[in-house]
Amino acid sequence: MIIEHSYIIRIQGDIITVPAKGIGFGELAEVKSRHGISLAQVIRLKDNGVFLQVFAGSRGVSTGDQVRFLGHPMRVAFGDALMGRIFNGSGDPIDNGPNLSGLPRIEIGRPSVNPVRRVIPRGFIETRVPMVDVFNPLVESQKLPIFAAAGEPYNDLLARIGMHANADVVILGGIGLKYDEYLKFRYAFEDAGVISRSIMFIHTASDPVVERLLVPDMALAVAEQFGVRGKRVLVLLTDMTAFADAMKEIAISMDQVPSNLGYPGSLYSDLAARYEKAVDFEGAGSITVLAVTTMPGDDVTHPVPDNTGYITEGQFYLRKGVIEPFGSLSRLKQLVIGKVTRADHGVIMNSMIRLFAKSREVEQKLAMGFDKTEDDDRFLHYGQLFFDRFMDLTVDIGLNDALDLGWKTLSECFRPDEVGIKQDFIDKHWINN
Amino acid sequence: MGDLSKGRIIAVNGPLATCEVGQEHNVLQNEVAYVNCQGTSLKSEVIRIRGRQIDMQVFESTTGMMVGDDVEFSGELLSATLGPGILGMIYDGLQNPLTHLENDQDFFLKRGQYLNALDEDKQWEFTPAVASGAIVKAGQFLGSVPEGLFKHHIMVPLMLKGTWEVIRIVPAGHYRVSETIAVIRSTEDGREVPVMLKQEWPVKMPVRAYQERLLPNRQMLTQCRLIDIFFPLAEGGTACIPGPFGAGKTVLQQIISRYAEADVVIIVACGERAGEVVETIREFPELEDPKTGGSLMNRTVIICNTSSMPVAAREASIYTGVTIGEYYRSLGLKVLLLADSTSRWAQALRESSARLEEIPGEEAFPAYLESRIAAVYERAGLVRLRDGETGSLTVIGSVSPAGGNFEEPVTQNTLKVVGAFYGLSRTRSDQRRYPAIDPLISWSLYLRQMRESLEERSEGWAGLVEEVHRLLYEGSEVHQMMLVVGEEGISLDDLVIYLKSEIVDAVCLQQDSFDVVDRATSLERQVRDFLLLMDMVHHQFTYESKEDARREMTTLHNLFFQMKYCPYEGETYHRYRGEIESILAGIGENSE
Repeated sequence: MIIEHSYIIRIQGDIITVPAKGIGFGELAEVKSRHGISLAQVIRLKDNGVFLQVFAGSRGVSTGDQVRFLGHPMRVAFGDALMGRIFNGSGDPIDNGPNLSGLPRIEIGRPSVNPVRRVIPRGFIETRVPMVDVFNPLVESQKLPIFAAAGEPYNDLLARIGMHANADVVILGGIGLKYDEYLKFRYAFEDAGVISRSIMFIHTASDPVVERLLVPDMALAVAEQFGVRGKRVLVLLTDMTAFADAMKEIAISMDQVPSNLGYPGSLYSDLAARYEKAVDFEGAGSITVLAVTTMPGDDVTHPVPDNTGYITEGQFYLRKGVIEPFGSLSRLKQLVIGKVTRADHGVIMNSMIRLFAKSREVEQKLAMGFDKTEDDDRFLHYGQLFFDRFMDLTVDIGLNDALDLGWKTLSECFRPDEVGIKQDFIDKHWINN
Repeated sequence: MGDLSKGRIIAVNGPLATCEVGQEHNVLQNEVAYVNCQGTSLKSEVIRIRGRQIDMQVFESTTGMMVGDDVEFSGELLSATLGPGILGMIYDGLQNPLTHLENDQDFFLKRGQYLNALDEDKQWEFTPAVASGAIVKAGQFLGSVPEGLFKHHIMVPLMLKGTWEVIRIVPAGHYRVSETIAVIRSTEDGREVPVMLKQEWPVKMPVRAYQERLLPNRQMLTQCRLIDIFFPLAEGGTACIPGPFGAGKTVLQQIISRYAEADVVIIVACGERAGEVVETIREFPELEDPKTGGSLMNRTVIICNTSSMPVAAREASIYTGVTIGEYYRSLGLKVLLLADSTSRWAQALRESSARLEEIPGEEAFPAYLESRIAAVYERAGLVRLRDGETGSLTVIGSVSPAGGNFEEPVTQNTLKVVGAFYGLSRTRSDQRRYPAIDPLISWSLYLRQMRESLEERSEGWAGLVEEVHRLLYEGSEVHQMMLVVGEEGISLDDLVIYLKSEIVDAVCLQQDSFDVVDRATSLERQVRDFLLLMDMVHHQFTYESKEDARREMTTLHNLFFQMKYCPYEGETYHRYRGEIESILAGIGENSE
């Protein structure tokens, strides 16, 4: 049933209000203005007023413009023909490829997976970044954000992981992406030969703000369909802070009471609804989500990274061009460490970090002008080796080689009784100099 | 009644729907109503009544709901179904069995599906315990059915007030949960009430059908040393675990849910990750309950309303969990409820409060946050039942403070009402000192309250614990000093204090939850190892130089450390123990 209305009684922010009857919550509409046609979604019903958020923004919308209700919620095309294609924030192809209007369309933002139909994640995804593989391995079906301040090479890291990861489908959701960054992703994927198994939903920084809201939902709805069909999907989202900011804008236009720094009280649930799409289906495929969350002012207690941290299964901190060993965490790592990976993986991981913490402490102590002891020298030496061999983002090394290098590094710097490792492992792996 | 019990939707705002009802219809606060949306009935709860306008929170997605949709009122409060067969179940926040939904649906949850919480077809072997003519009160036992390894008593419905006479009771035999097994008559007004194996209880009201509440004075053993030794938890007590993300809240909760010595464990996964629940759902049936030898799932109930499931049902999930906990307590069992996380529950309150356009309190949480939190924790407790037995409900809630800052309203309001506080710190988790409960900020009121029963572990126990607390403080002070003045700036004695506190930290506080031996420590081992550790703490070490001190203390440190990974009473355990004892006796120093 398609209903047309031709007068708008209120325009506030990107929200317009139309008097209409028989309209369902969440339904989609088209707003025809002199600047073109934009999609809009019902976000509130009150008596006979229907509140719509206009994806292309309300600029240029006149009170006399036509609003046409489509009778269904937002949908996106789905099919194998999506592979290798690039779409904009409202789901239209922007790569001059063949028309996709013949494909079936699926609703976005569908209900969540029944928890009992999930299985415990068990696939290890090797990235050849030792700070990830050794210390915080990525697990299939995990949702992990990369926390970074502006200016950090987060998109490079994302692209690198996207290219190496062993996935059937890679879906990139660009939210408020700079045009240059979009091109970089595109070229990187093309060069690595993975473009044919990638799908991109790109909302660039110059596109209307409200369109940002659709990108994660479209990317994840498509991922979900591939997932239930047995595909292992990797979804890359950048940047989720831009997504949260768009929600803030809408909430404020709707006169909602803000909870923290202007963000709506539902921020946690809204972010969780997206991240929770990461899943390992029983007897089918999986969805892994890797998302960038930029931290305004490099502050992790900012509401967006903070809420994200509680939702996701760990986080990577990217600081000064390296993945921070402290704070970075893969919560699912215990499911693969020592089970899918080598038995000594766990002890190497814990001891090396503990000792590196100590070496940082020594550095601080020396910076305050204290005398250096013999022990201090060894810790400093260890700290330097750790940085060069593991932290440097240019290091490209497989997991098992990295573990061997770990034992080598420990043996070079310490005595076996100093490292806090169970005797069995010492006997097996310690390299006596 | 016809149309009288009906209303019509006039506004929809996310999960909040408003309807209008006729003048003649009475509406109950917190009444359950069903909105007919695109042919499916969506469950909702009345949360505000203004004149003829009724605000309801809908427990499902409201996509497609229209102005003018019909609303039907049930006349009932939101209730849980209680009876045999709850153990081992996996429910959503409204007590729908998720495993049964699985059979009917595909991977995804469909809205508007409500199933019976209990298996209606299963036959239970009922044995009556009273005869006709007996005078009974709510909560008294009429008979029992076996559930798992214990007797599941069938009680006089908890709702009933006053005294009742049993006029009819069925003989022993097999019955379904909805069959009448007895009829009782009020001694006051002669009203007759049938009793079934199952009963209903409105989740937001506390169950009070017991003789009296007692002061919790016995320990609830969790097998986590840091809790059991340093900040013990009482049976029937309450505790909270606040911590920033990544500090190990969830792992700690999982460990407690596995190894705690409780009869029934209820896990409320409230607005948290689905992945974590999955681990529990998939692993528990495989794990053995050390106490009974059966599957761990047989003592566990999971209420699972993960973060992507509807927000309003999240609010209900904690109440559903507590109600089931109170029910099993009424049966004379030791129940432990773990809620992860109460912050998500508070956020659900905040979301609905914001939609109701209520005046916000601190950080936009509603002003009634404090009383709601207190009301939930106060439902825990140790009680004496009508037959003289005791039952207990212990509640551990985790809190996820924004930014890891404990000054925020949910943490602060929780601290006011709990008996133990296990504060997780980022510093400790960054140093991989797990569980990352910070001994310098945590506390337990039960250490004093349970002093007498703790002394049964060993004489002077509480005193020793207080002493080692002081050592940790001193050690931390020395450490702070060392950061400022360096190791050369402190005295030898201070260094020894610091090294001692580091040993205590490494071998007693820290516990490796992924190690087969170390993840759970029995009471006996806790006592024995702690006393040995205290011998070390009490030992007067005399050293010539700081290097000497460091060397020997490192040896001791390593011996204690290796010992905690050895199976109790095993050969290697005794070897390390012997080496430690000889060093402490002053004969092992040059033994290498």
